[in-house]
Amino acid sequence: MGKTIVCQCEDVTMDDLEEAFEAGFRDLESLKRFTGLATGLCQGKCCIAHASRFLAGLRGGDEAAADPPRTRPLIQPTKASCLAGPEDLSASPASRGSGK
Amino acid sequence: MRDRADLVIIGGGVIGLSLAYHLARLGFTDVVVLEQGYLCFGASGRNGGGVRQQWSTEENIQLMKESVRMYRRLSAETGYNVWFRQGGYLFLARDEQAAKGLEANVKLQNRCGVPTRLISAAEAQRIVPGLAPEGIQVCAFNPTDGVLFPFPVVWGMARAASQLGTSVETFTRVTAIETHGRQIVKVVTDRGAIATNRVVNAAGAWSFQIGKMLGVDLPNKPFRHEILICEPLKPFLDPMVSDLSDGTYFSQTMRGEICGGISDPAEPSSMDTRSSLRFLERMCRSMVRVIPALGNVRVMRQWAGFYDETPDGQPILGRVDEVDGFIQLHGFGGHGMMLAPIVGKLAAEWILRKGEHPIFQRYDLGRFKRGAVQKETFSIG
Repeated sequence: MGKTIVCQCEDVTMDDLEEAFEAGFRDLESLKRFTGLATGLCQGKCCIAHASRFLAGLRGGDEAAADPPRTRPLIQPTKASCLAGPEDLSASPASRGSGK
Repeated sequence: MRDRADLVIIGGGVIGLSLAYHLARLGFTDVVVLEQGYLCFGASGRNGGGVRQQWSTEENIQLMKESVRMYRRLSAETGYNVWFRQGGYLFLARDEQAAKGLEANVKLQNRCGVPTRLISAAEAQRIVPGLAPEGIQVCAFNPTDGVLFPFPVVWGMARAASQLGTSVETFTRVTAIETHGRQIVKVVTDRGAIATNRVVNAAGAWSFQIGKMLGVDLPNKPFRHEILICEPLKPFLDPMVSDLSDGTYFSQTMRGEICGGISDPAEPSSMDTRSSLRFLERMCRSMVRVIPALGNVRVMRQWAGFYDETPDGQPILGRVDEVDGFIQLHGFGGHGMMLAPIVGKLAAEWILRKGEHPIFQRYDLGRFKRGAVQKETFSIG
């Protein structure tokens, strides 16, 4: 069980998660940073649900504490040349979304 | 959680923890550090890890020289590898004004014993493979600048301080600070109260909110800054590269990822940590202009955090007139991570009366009424 790989991108096993938990990293954001889970190419698509469930179990069924980390762009890794904007973008005002 | 302490440090970022760490090493552990989130929640967990001595004021240069020395020792001291890699910092100037600025800064840095050199674009190409030389007037390179991995800096200091007896409380928000006349009597949190007469405000972008709790009007403003990170590549980039025309900076992490950000003068002050398309487009365009081959590298993720900015770009340190025992340790803008070791050490010595350093008078809150201090102009990101 312990050598089961949770995060394939970064080679994080169940043992790694347990050791991290024992070392005091007990929320998913901290576990992610300490083990590298979800920081690879798939950015957690394959592993976050498993890690979250595993963590909730370690915390005695406390599912709220195992909330996944913030979802950030990009959905898919994308070449910088595709993303590069036009010359005059720097001159335009920063667009601000609505909401807080 | 303790219900009383000699000193409460509000903010479990690198500044607050560096102070706690150095206090603990000096034998003072009757301290509680209060962090609102997980360790690395604030700017300390969101920055690019740059550590440079290339600054425009003598004070910052000297402070950073010492901080670099301290970062070289930190991994061995705490038992957490901070991956401090001194691959250098390369600044690119694309116009006359920036070139003149670099020349002046380099002279000053050399006088202070920092080995920065002015080099041509052609020489810079030898240091940075794939650098596009078109449009670059002159560069500055200091081989002893570097990059580190921020998370273990925070974890290492927190663990070392805790092992010596300091309390580090995470997921604990300060909701009020009670006073009796001019004296602080307790810090109230969402997990209980701590009786204390001394509070250090090391809350970074949240410092002005802490100040408000005591009626202290702080001029700090938070600004969103964003960073992107790319897929890992074989190591090819030694230095942090920075383009002065737009404040772009990027480096290659120890895992091989290209990671960096860009300045945005149009970004208004806010506490918005959402990611923007604007940043992605501007950063990618700038990065690809500097090293065209990066156009083929895939961006994996972007995130945001805050620079805690002050009107003159210098931190706010030391006492305030309004309240006794309320010590400020914030306003570090985009250079808190790199200054943390030396600032924490000096602040610990100052608090324990083991050393006086002029920065606690020079950069106190009162300076805004007395008149401007020398502005630090060499900011990026």
